[in-house]
Amino acid sequence: MAEEVKLLKTWSSRFGLRVVWALKLKGIPYEAIDEDLSNKSALLLQYNPVHKKIPVLVHNGNPISESLVILEYIDETWKQNPILPQDPLHKARERFWAKFSDEKLLPSVWGAFTKEGKDREEAMAATMENLKFVEEELKGKKFFSGEKIGLVDLVFGWLANLISIFEVVSGFNIVGEGYPLLSAWMQEFSELPVIKDTWPPRDKMIIKYQALYDKYHPAK
Amino acid sequence: MAGKQKHTRTKNQLKMGEVKVLGSWSSPYGLRVQWALGLKSVEYEYIDEDLLNKSQMLLKYNPVHKKIPVLVHNGKPIAESAVILEYIEETWPQPHPLLPKDPYERAMVRFWINFLDNKDKVAPFITFFIGVGEEHKKAVNEAKELLKLYEEQVLGEKKYFGGEEIGMLDLAMGWMAYFGVIEEIVDVKILDAETFPRLHAWIQNFRAHPVIKNNLPDHDRLLQNYTEKRQRFLAYSPHTENA
Repeated sequence: MAEEVKLLKTWSSRFGLRVVWALKLKGIPYEAIDEDLSNKSALLLQYNPVHKKIPVLVHNGNPISESLVILEYIDETWKQNPILPQDPLHKARERFWAKFSDEKLLPSVWGAFTKEGKDREEAMAATMENLKFVEEELKGKKFFSGEKIGLVDLVFGWLANLISIFEVVSGFNIVGEGYPLLSAWMQEFSELPVIKDTWPPRDKMIIKYQALYDKYHPAK
Repeated sequence: MAGKQKHTRTKNQLKMGEVKVLGSWSSPYGLRVQWALGLKSVEYEYIDEDLLNKSQMLLKYNPVHKKIPVLVHNGKPIAESAVILEYIEETWPQPHPLLPKDPYERAMVRFWINFLDNKDKVAPFITFFIGVGEEHKKAVNEAKELLKLYEEQVLGEKKYFGGEEIGMLDLAMGWMAYFGVIEEIVDVKILDAETFPRLHAWIQNFRAHPVIKNNLPDHDRLLQNYTEKRQRFLAYSPHTENA
């Protein structure tokens, strides 16, 4: 019986991209459906009635939402090229850092991008502290998961693309010389065959994030 | 374990190694971990943290977040309650598995734990506790909508969120088991038996389980402690309207 895998995402979503990478890593064929979030399809509303968000993985008609939940599902369903280690302690460490990316680092970076004045300073300080932990985590390792990429690399993947876009648009330096391991990782990660040509078009991203930046920082 | 000789060792104890839990007496996140260990008959040393005066041990074991709970197994720390629960399940799969076998059903459990732990979904219940006026009214409505979702879509006709037995999602929903004290203090009932008969039945069943029953925060201590907490928040609140 043929497996049917669909992925509802958007052209620019960093969360959707993680799932693309996982599917590619494991060689799983799928149908990609790019949503227009200002005009959500009936399919999206049917498959994710709770959040109405992407990404949604639909496997044989069964929908799964939330990128981290999807990644675990993919790893448990298709066993080739595992993205999580077997050892419970190492697994726990990967899950910890995955949560850190989404619950701590991303909000602080987003705050640094969108806020103004003192709020911006606080967000930048939080970002610096969070990046220090990330840098520390890379000590002695090529990738977060070791010699090969794993869950944490996929989850932190947004750093390798979005940071430079934020820096270009805002004019602020976020990941600079203070994070040599992280800078090296961003380069290595981006050059991997499974990652290389998957980034959303850079010019489109700059336009999108410039518009967002202008919205949060109206000219006075 | 080196250097420690016990006169009786059971196979379980040897398998357990040394297990410590850093928690806080009233934190539902810490209690989840204690409940999970209790259901799996894993012995552990419980260390109660004073969150206003965090121990060196906590700062050493969770330098990133400096929060409880932390599980320390043979000297190795694991933080974040959802991560700890998965670790416990993988390390001690029996007795009392906390996750279903099927990957899709497991994904559903993980989805709902992620959902209810999201700070936007926790916020209405916090505001219910310490908010006033319009903000409080809004929180009541949002909280009721969430409870309706949990009652109808998540629990449904099942005895427990995990089906016939308590599962990981039940443990994550465990805060509801003593939410009555919060309602008592605020003097507003939202999780009532008439509106939420299934959740109400679930609470009775959950609380009755011997592992849960023996690991619930003391009612009187909660009442006193949380009443004081609420009064402090209200005193410092910028709002001047009455609830």
